[in-house]
Amino acid sequence: MTKELKRVSLVVAAMFLSLFISASAIQALESETLAEDPRNVRNLYESYKTLRGPILVDGKAIATSVESDNAYRYLRVYEDQMYSAVTGYFSVFRGATGIEAALNSYLSGQSSSQFFEKFNAVLSGNPVSGAAVELTIDPLMQQAAWDALGDLQGSVIALDPVTGNILAMVSKSSFDANEIAGHDNQTVADNYARLEQDPNKPLINKTISGDLYHPGSVFKLVVAAAALESGLYTNDSTFQNPVSVQLPGSTAEVFNSTERPCGTGAATVSLIDAMSLSCNIPFVELGLALGQDRLRAQAELFGFGKELRVPMVVTPSTFPAQLDDAQLGLSSFGQYDVRATPLQMALVSAAIANGGVVMKPNLIESVISPNLSVIDAPRPGVLSQPITASTAENLKLMMVESVKNGVASNAELEGIEVAGKTGTAENGEGVRPTLWFTGFAPSVNPRVVIAVVIEDGGGRDGASSNAVAAPVARDFFRAVFGQ
Amino acid sequence: MSSFTGALQISKLIKIVPRSRNLEALLLFFGAGLNAFELAQIQLSILEKMTVDLFTYWLPPVIFVLVVHFILRKKASESDPLILPIAFVLNGLGIAMIYRLDLANLASGGTELFAFRQVMWTALAMAIAAAVIYFIPSQLFLRRYTYTAMFVGIVLLLLPMLPVIGTTINGATLWISLFGITFQPGELAKVALIIFFAGYLVNHKDSLAVVGRKIAGVRIPRGRDLGPILLIWLASIGVLVLQRDLGTSILYFGVFLVMIYVATGRAFYAGIGVAMLVTGGLVASRVLDYVSRRFDAWLNPFAEENYNAVGGSYQIVQGIFGMSNGSIFGSGLGGGVPQLVPLAESDFIIASLAEELGLIGFFAILALYFLLVARGLKIGFSHSDEFAKLLAVGFAFVIALQVFVVIGGVTRILPLTGLTTPLLAAGGSSLLANWVIIAMLLRLSDSTTDHASKLVIR
Repeated sequence: MTKELKRVSLVVAAMFLSLFISASAIQALESETLAEDPRNVRNLYESYKTLRGPILVDGKAIATSVESDNAYRYLRVYEDQMYSAVTGYFSVFRGATGIEAALNSYLSGQSSSQFFEKFNAVLSGNPVSGAAVELTIDPLMQQAAWDALGDLQGSVIALDPVTGNILAMVSKSSFDANEIAGHDNQTVADNYARLEQDPNKPLINKTISGDLYHPGSVFKLVVAAAALESGLYTNDSTFQNPVSVQLPGSTAEVFNSTERPCGTGAATVSLIDAMSLSCNIPFVELGLALGQDRLRAQAELFGFGKELRVPMVVTPSTFPAQLDDAQLGLSSFGQYDVRATPLQMALVSAAIANGGVVMKPNLIESVISPNLSVIDAPRPGVLSQPITASTAENLKLMMVESVKNGVASNAELEGIEVAGKTGTAENGEGVRPTLWFTGFAPSVNPRVVIAVVIEDGGGRDGASSNAVAAPVARDFFRAVFGQ
Repeated sequence: MSSFTGALQISKLIKIVPRSRNLEALLLFFGAGLNAFELAQIQLSILEKMTVDLFTYWLPPVIFVLVVHFILRKKASESDPLILPIAFVLNGLGIAMIYRLDLANLASGGTELFAFRQVMWTALAMAIAAAVIYFIPSQLFLRRYTYTAMFVGIVLLLLPMLPVIGTTINGATLWISLFGITFQPGELAKVALIIFFAGYLVNHKDSLAVVGRKIAGVRIPRGRDLGPILLIWLASIGVLVLQRDLGTSILYFGVFLVMIYVATGRAFYAGIGVAMLVTGGLVASRVLDYVSRRFDAWLNPFAEENYNAVGGSYQIVQGIFGMSNGSIFGSGLGGGVPQLVPLAESDFIIASLAEELGLIGFFAILALYFLLVARGLKIGFSHSDEFAKLLAVGFAFVIALQVFVVIGGVTRILPLTGLTTPLLAAGGSSLLANWVIIAMLLRLSDSTTDHASKLVIR
């Protein structure tokens, strides 16, 4: 029996050896990769134990951690509901969203640049303290955007075209992040369920994520950019001006929003007039002439189809692939399956405002460790150059004309020249349209770019984007420029 | 005359102060300290203060292990000095981790607590172990009951399938429920069946080993000698299909294979047995829905569809995340979040421990098991009685295989099964069965022939 016993012993040894090896693989070799899996929430749990750093706007805390006398040690407190879309929430039960999630490693003191502080904290027995995060948000502009949007459902995003810094980010309806950051499981669960089921989707930051919107007529800026970039068109190029046009290979007809010819009803209409009066038919003609490859290439240069982090992940906007001519015709004025985030359309305006160069959109001013050294301070960077400076100049003329003499007239402001473009995107039969405005001010040396989106036609039937969205931008600019 | 009494006195002296028992006492002393330290660390880490509750979880196992120790001094003074301390330390570590998970559960408003029950079961299991050592004077006593053991084993296996008392939990029909207490009789069936296997194989080993025609250099056993192995295989498949328990099925069959191989010395049995096991497993993975899901979860745990599936890989993946977060040194007891893994206190207790004690702690736990199994196998090497040899191998191997199947399931060497980690995991029946096994190993090790003192004196 001894021989057999020896062999059995070897089998047992091999079994244990394999356990040693498999555990080493998990705990030592693959440990880093496994930590990065988004389903691994342990880093988040780890961060409950640290004194989480505050989130600051212009030096004032909008989210702080205060000591609590229960097992969770610290309670996250949010100052103002108007920042909820930006900060997101940090919850013991629901995880984290927004800046709280995107910069969790800094805020919780777990990032590699905070290693020595963490090490010191462990040695000294003090709790680990996270770093403070200062945002690029301008509190006055945030307030202005919040107030300008009022009770409407939708969002406003404003950014500095020269640096890419995001100055205001408002999404409505909003929610109170304190309702989810609480320490009572049942209350948090109830609050979360209520917010989650709210048809207005308050938990979603509508400026960068959600279901995306048809851009409608604001997409004409992209089509016009492609036209000017092709070298085949100028602002004065003319197009046929019928009452309607039949889409090729289809029985469907496209009308202008007035259901009449563009403008005065002359036989032809110029590109700049088609833009400022936002006529659909000339853009169908233009889109079909340029072809889908040119349009798609131009859209992608502006950022469509690209994943972006601000540092929250921005849902990529889409320009559909493999269109037939009828679909291309509809896409040429931002319908069919073209979809965009408000941030994406703000970036289109930003390119026009900044001489053709898009700067990386960014929310982070700096990250400051508890001992006041700056750990991270993102510098402005170029995202892309989708158009030349002269194309940008020509598009700016079109946008100024839209506000001065066109269908974006309600964005006009005394003393400051505003450039802008409205859009009323159809969402199908029986559904109210999405109302857009994007633009910038002042038109010379622009300081602020804005994109406004109003959902559900502003909550009433027959409202145009000029009646609802453009005034939001105007009120915002008025508050910002002190008119 | 005087030299005769002298020898008697020396013998008496050795009986009075057995070296191995003193070593055992010393190790138990350290083990008790270790367990107290674990509980204290958990309280300080989670509650931030020490409370008298510590004694609730510390004292009963210490008292009862001392009872076992003193019974050993009386009734089996030459038994192996390492087995009892190892079992005690593992059991105590299990209680500490279960207590730690209870505290986490309380903090998040939960009410289902396991640690106190585990302590009560530990006390009962240790008392029964003491009784086994006290009342069973030698393995020869057990050999008389070979077929009784078979009968008891089969009845215990079938109990969960009876109406009224039979209970199905998480899809497996392995429990009986009496007066509000659930019990897994299959755990005790394990002990009974190993006694039966050992008795049967010793009685029939000659016919199993020698008879049969030789074909191409391999001696093929007669058809009727293959009967038992076929029977056990069918029983294992029966467990797999009717009770829906992959782990138990592998366990019985694996232990039987090793015992028949050791008894007969014929690799043929091992070969055909492994072939049958693999075939059965593969067929089951095709035919039985729950087995095929286990296989999917094993091979591709990180795939979204398996991760989100009911009975999918969520548990494995969360367990792996826990272990990987523990990394080399672990988060420290009370420092991690092992409660994120479903069944962290039973099936996945090793993942909980690996998260908080790190790879180092995992290695230490595995080394304890390895040592325990090695002490069991050592009895097999050194005992003069073949029945005792087979019993020891059976008991040692059943621990080894169970550790391998459970921890291998957690670390993705094997598909996940529903077995418990011996001595660590929450669960009364498993504790009871394993302490009976520990008692058996202690009893067997007392009568091995390699004790220097015995060779010299007797």
